[in-house]
Amino acid sequence: MKKLFYVLWIIGLLLGGIGVFQRLTTGHLLAGYGSRVVWGLWVAMYIYFIGLSAGAFLLSSLVYVFRIKMFEKVGKLALVTALITLVCALLAIWFDLGHMWRAYEVITRPNLPSSMMAWMIWLYTAYFILLLAETFYAFKLENNNDSAQKEALSKKLRLLGSIGIPLAIAFHGGVGALFGVVSSNPMWHSALTPIFFLVGAIASGSALFTMIVAFFWEERNSAYFDEMMQLLAKIVLISVLFDLLLEWAELSIALWMGSPEHTFGYREMLFGEYWYVFWILHILLGVMVPVFLLATRKKPFAIGLASLLVVFTFIGVRLNIVIPGLVTEKIHGEATAYIHPRLSYHYFPSSMEWLVAIFIVSVGIGLFVIGNRYLKLTQPKHSLNS
Amino acid sequence: MDTPKKNSRREFLTKFSVAALAGATLSPLFSKEQDTESDAVEVRNFTESIESLLGGDYTNIKLKMQDDVRRALKKPVDQRRWGMAIDLRKCVGCNACTVACISENALPPGVVYRPVIKEEIGTYPNVSKRNLPKPCMHCEEPPCTEVCPVGATYKRKDGIVVVDYETCIGCRYCMTACPYEHRMFDFGEKYGDGLPFPAKYDERPSFEYEKEWKRDKPEESPIGNVRKCTFCLHRLEEGLLPQCLTTCIAGANYFGDLNDPDSVIAKIVSRLNVTVLKKEMGTKPKVYYII
Ligand code: SF4
Ligand code: SF4
Repeated sequence: MKKLFYVLWIIGLLLGGIGVFQRLTTGHLLAGYGSRVVWGLWVAMYIYFIGLSAGAFLLSSLVYVFRIKMFEKVGKLALVTALITLVCALLAIWFDLGHMWRAYEVITRPNLPSSMMAWMIWLYTAYFILLLAETFYAFKLENNNDSAQKEALSKKLRLLGSIGIPLAIAFHGGVGALFGVVSSNPMWHSALTPIFFLVGAIASGSALFTMIVAFFWEERNSAYFDEMMQLLAKIVLISVLFDLLLEWAELSIALWMGSPEHTFGYREMLFGEYWYVFWILHILLGVMVPVFLLATRKKPFAIGLASLLVVFTFIGVRLNIVIPGLVTEKIHGEATAYIHPRLSYHYFPSSMEWLVAIFIVSVGIGLFVIGNRYLKLTQPKHSLNS
Repeated sequence: MDTPKKNSRREFLTKFSVAALAGATLSPLFSKEQDTESDAVEVRNFTESIESLLGGDYTNIKLKMQDDVRRALKKPVDQRRWGMAIDLRKCVGCNACTVACISENALPPGVVYRPVIKEEIGTYPNVSKRNLPKPCMHCEEPPCTEVCPVGATYKRKDGIVVVDYETCIGCRYCMTACPYEHRMFDFGEKYGDGLPFPAKYDERPSFEYEKEWKRDKPEESPIGNVRKCTFCLHRLEEGLLPQCLTTCIAGANYFGDLNDPDSVIAKIVSRLNVTVLKKEMGTKPKVYYII
């Protein structure tokens, strides 16, 4: 089993390497997006991973800020998960830039306060530094046996975590606002967009975390493990259902009386070429099956499977924010005014995009495996107050 | 203290009533003259031809507009306000401007600054057609510049919205923000792609922003950048009209300094029946459509 995993991982990395090579040598020439559907798979992956990171981080705050005893053994795991998914997110958006080597400009010459993208970048830079500091202290705390020092360290962690909560909310809400403020795009331009991003972050982030605990936690035959699984299952279940509610709110309001400009993207999402991303990937595999499993089954394996489904299908939710928002002509007749593949409203990720996506996921998995080997994330050790 | 105030009030009331009375009785005598005067100054005559509007004191309207441009160039840059008007009654939908623009700016495949949108009205075979050339609107309140994370795209002092190719990181956020879907991404495509030999015209540099831009390597600007219409800034600075204007076979385009009441463009925009696209967005386009 382990061997198979490593073989698959190496194949992923190699295939991904081909994509990265193509991207670095030919720029965006082999990409499937164009000047109409300007953002594609990589941007969807970016908001997907950023969501996972914010969600996992908010879970870690249950340990370090609210000091919920139940989770204290998994605090570090949540923090490292948040860190790794953030790295994946940044990789995805880095490959998406037209000029990758100018990325530093977002720090040296940000267009503040008007650009939401500049805000987002500054906020997640701060978040990244905070995450590093918090992870560092979390490990220090664990390897410390002096109770006075322990107390001081957990105070520090609590402070960092408390700063982290508004920061995580602000920066992920900011990613949502990046879309929400685009007033020329009626599908994105909704006050619900940032909230939708946040709830999605909690749903997908907590599912990722639950999946990792369910499958990799080493001390399996304990009452503690079972209890923790039940609580995690509840968090995932509630957040997935709440996310669905918000989705319904957005969709129903738009479709009921919306102008064609507003509803075209939604109709494409529901009944267009890629209807299965919404109905099969998201609704069936990402909501109905997991909700059924979480509500009726108590076994860690079932909970893990449900969470795995939520995590993997959530990329569909993210794709359905980015792509349908871009398939509507903003001026009637645009689609036929000048014909060129780059000016088409049709998008499917190219092989290079898929390969780079595989690379990013492989890097994330690799980082996790290495992290787990050296940092022993999935092994219980001392607790906070022992 | 009280007396002068009272006095002045009474004085005012008396004067006012006398004037009102006089006005009421005498107004019919003056009204005619006043009307004719306002006719000439304020009331717009939407059916007026452009020739009569300009007073017929020109031989070639394009030369006159070129003079307007040169006159504007003598002013400091922040006092110029470049604007364009497109006569939808005259546009024949030939795409000459589209092609001229591609040639002038050496645009690669898939990048177009001035598509002409063609709208069919009615059902086949009983149809009529309308054409709408669509350059950048050079909005007075451009949403595209607001969103740029690095301030690479901005509105110049003369109102032209530009992209600094050497700063733009190619995030394409501005493209999503433009309500007119004007902006294009340069993917680095070449006309000769797929040919066994390189096509000569792919080697032609673009002279946008008065610099020389070649297309040799991927990710060398302008490849990997967002591109847009500049009102042919590089030509304007030399006192020439935008290329689309000089090529238009129908003479459907007008250009000049909106801040100069004597310019052709200012007269057209203030006197004829013009409109702008998506007025409700509040972007205040400086490209007007004569309808
Ligand atoms: S038309 Fe679009 S690109 Fe041009 S200034 Fe307005 S918002 Fe910007
Ligand atoms: S693509 Fe370039 S000009 Fe447009 S928002 Fe990004 S950095 Fe700014």
